[in-house]
Amino acid sequence: MRMATTMAPGYDALPSLLTRLTGDEKHDRSALSTLDVLWVLYDRVLGEDDRFLLSKGHGPAAFYAVLAAKGIVPVEALDGFGSFDSQLGYHPDRVLAPGVEISSGSLGHGLGIAVGAALTGRRVFCLVGDAELDEGSNWEAVQYAGRVGLGSLTTIVIDNDSSWHGWPEGIERRFMLEGWIALRVDGRDQEALEAVLRPDLAGNRPRCIVAEVEAR
Amino acid sequence: MTTMRERFYELAREALDEDGRVAVVTAQIGTDAIGEHPRHFDVGIREQLMIGVAAGLALEGYRPVAHSYTPFLVERPYEMLKLDLGHNDLGAVLVSIGASYDAAHEGRTHQAPEDVALVAALPGWTIHVPGHVDELDHLLRRAFAGNDRVYVRLSEEENHARVDGGGFTVLRRGSSGAPLVVSVGPTLAPVLEATAGRDVSVAYLATVRPFPHAQLFTALGGGTDVVLVEPYLAGTSAAEVAVALRDRPHRVLALGVPNEEFRHYGTGAEHRIAHGLDAAGIARSLDTFLEAVVETPQPTRIER
Repeated sequence: MRMATTMAPGYDALPSLLTRLTGDEKHDRSALSTLDVLWVLYDRVLGEDDRFLLSKGHGPAAFYAVLAAKGIVPVEALDGFGSFDSQLGYHPDRVLAPGVEISSGSLGHGLGIAVGAALTGRRVFCLVGDAELDEGSNWEAVQYAGRVGLGSLTTIVIDNDSSWHGWPEGIERRFMLEGWIALRVDGRDQEALEAVLRPDLAGNRPRCIVAEVEAR
Repeated sequence: MTTMRERFYELAREALDEDGRVAVVTAQIGTDAIGEHPRHFDVGIREQLMIGVAAGLALEGYRPVAHSYTPFLVERPYEMLKLDLGHNDLGAVLVSIGASYDAAHEGRTHQAPEDVALVAALPGWTIHVPGHVDELDHLLRRAFAGNDRVYVRLSEEENHARVDGGGFTVLRRGSSGAPLVVSVGPTLAPVLEATAGRDVSVAYLATVRPFPHAQLFTALGGGTDVVLVEPYLAGTSAAEVAVALRDRPHRVLALGVPNEEFRHYGTGAEHRIAHGLDAAGIARSLDTFLEAVVETPQPTRIER
């Protein structure tokens, strides 16, 4: 994680940062589904040696706003979001944007990369969406991480019930079958999110946090 | 004799032991041959994950080497090559075995003549197609020591001897204006046989990307005719020849594996003949293209 280098505006500034980013007073719900999780991660969880991989790269406004609020992305970079010379596009590009650890947008890529990084002992947090889990590539990563006991990996699933065919009997159960610790929390409850994300895990099981937010 | 595949495994083990940066990722091909090592990760039969893991290792500063059969290394996880490695600007060494039709008897599922065209369609890849096992040491050691994206295509087909000199080496010079035959990797043995006694220049090429435009231009001298012989999809490098010669009139014959659904089993040797990539087939194609009277001894012709 790249640490803030300037005085950061903070959580209260997020609505205005989002407005500066998108030009709208009202914000797209898919962009905001991740907002509280991202804030808790960047404000209270991620350490200097940790990595955060945003696999769910669509709707990155909340991500950019949090990076700006923490002083990682310059606030001026929010202007012209998605324009030709912008560092910040509709899907993040790690080469262009400071603090962006992977380029994402095509679903089902981040978790595999997260597994590779976590295999080196790095503490890695990877954010995916419940619909993103439709992509089979995720399950290759989930299965392998569970089997090899990749305790340095945390996957956060933003569940806004947008998977077309759904996950009968729950997302958590699938991760648990593969050897993960899996918990469901209110994705808008920052204290609850902090409580499950902050502590280091004892043992060698990867951790899945399903953060439930309002349905899409 | 050591095969390219065996030599790769030896070099991979050596790199794991000697270079703390190197990590090997496999998916149930070569797992036992490379053996257990703290930086050898076998992910099971999960090739998309294999490339994702390679990218994650590269993100952490390691030098990942990923390995599988050609279709499972390049085609199945193709978007991971494009995004996890390319778009993320991360390096890796991908080493394939099986080439176009080494596993002819396995059928179409294990044949991948499209691989070089696919990798070449992505920006920033260096592509090596060695023609002899003794060319591997230099290629692979250099690749392991780098940071870039490298695809190394190993094959069971081999030439009689290594060719030194790296990317583009002129082995034989014809008269001024003679056609230039560019032989890629393991096509050199049949190319030398098919061109014996002909007034042509012969160049050997083992590194097909980046393509050596300037060297090809120079080697053609005052000539106009280029014959490209590639052991994979015909025409894979034809556009590169067009770029090299864009300012001058020229003709190109691009030999390789035809772009057709080829429903035959059998052996690699049979496939080579069927695709016209044996000495006799290459000679036939040269006859037609060059409309030249062949003098001294003709290779045996095998009719399809």
